Amino acid sequence: MISECEIENLELVYKKPKTLTETPMHYCPGCGHGVINKVLMEVIDELNIQDKVVGAAPVGCSVFEYRYMDIDMIESPHGRASAVATGVKRVNPDLYVFSYQGDGDLAAIGTSETIHTVNRGENILMLFINNAIYGMTGGQMAPTTLIGQKTSTSPYGRTVKNSGFPINMTELISKLDGAYFVTRQAVHKPNGVRKLKKAIQKSFEHQKENKGTCFIEVISNCPAGWGMTPIKSNEWLEENLIKMYPLGDIKVPK
Amino acid sequence: MIRGTINIDTEICKGCELCIIACPQKSIGLSNNINSHGYKYVELILDNCTGCINCALVCPDSGITVYRQSKNSLKKNKYLVAKL
Repeated sequence: MISECEIENLELVYKKPKTLTETPMHYCPGCGHGVINKVLMEVIDELNIQDKVVGAAPVGCSVFEYRYMDIDMIESPHGRASAVATGVKRVNPDLYVFSYQGDGDLAAIGTSETIHTVNRGENILMLFINNAIYGMTGGQMAPTTLIGQKTSTSPYGRTVKNSGFPINMTELISKLDGAYFVTRQAVHKPNGVRKLKKAIQKSFEHQKENKGTCFIEVISNCPAGWGMTPIKSNEWLEENLIKMYPLGDIKVPK
Repeated sequence: MIRGTINIDTEICKGCELCIIACPQKSIGLSNNINSHGYKYVELILDNCTGCINCALVCPDSGITVYRQSKNSLKKNKYLVAKL
């Protein structure tokens, strides 16, 4: 009797967001980029701003994300997504604008653009996906790579003597006056995905009120670049990466 | 207990197994079959799904749709049980 009732009274509780296209994603199995794209589109669906949002896509693994997101997107030069987003926002102040960058893009090549965009307090949302490696080009060492982490350009592990310390971009940015909301989240667990969604929602609300730059760092895995299975990579992320980059809100509005 | 079920798009699934780890009921498993892209895909192996959406949240390819028993039907069930 119970099974009959169950089949009759099922209701839909979760489905793929409408703004995510049917194109199959090119990301490696288990990559965090897919989750972040999905959460971003869920928020856009819920706020019903599909025709009022513009994204600046980066160079990196997420270079083709305009194929998956059914919104207006601009492809930016390497590291310059925040500068492109600034231009869009200044010309069309009523639009919601976000930039989406990886750690090689935002923390290495585009360091000056990132710091000055936040320092000017542009009303955009900056998403920073940190997986401690250059994923697309073959797993080379990035500025965010941990000490001792093996990559294809540091096969014996990163050393302080040769390459210095890992850069903590989010803490650096939180010290600037233009930053309004700075937070760090991870997507390796369902609860983390829920928290990321709330953070993106808040950021779009702040953007509507012209409060300043919202900066969200998302700790993500790179199974192919780290040379692990997706499950192992998430375990490694929790044991090592989150110790170096602790999760939580770093700067919250007073 | 609230019961639910999931629908997996086997053509999109890349077999990363993240949903298997995320499922608190252990009701998802890896199939022995492969899809047209050459990946092993996941499937529902046990009938104890509660529709908690954890698997769908961590799925990087958005291939999981979740259905859950409505709360009204639960009340109706309890009423029927009480009546019996």
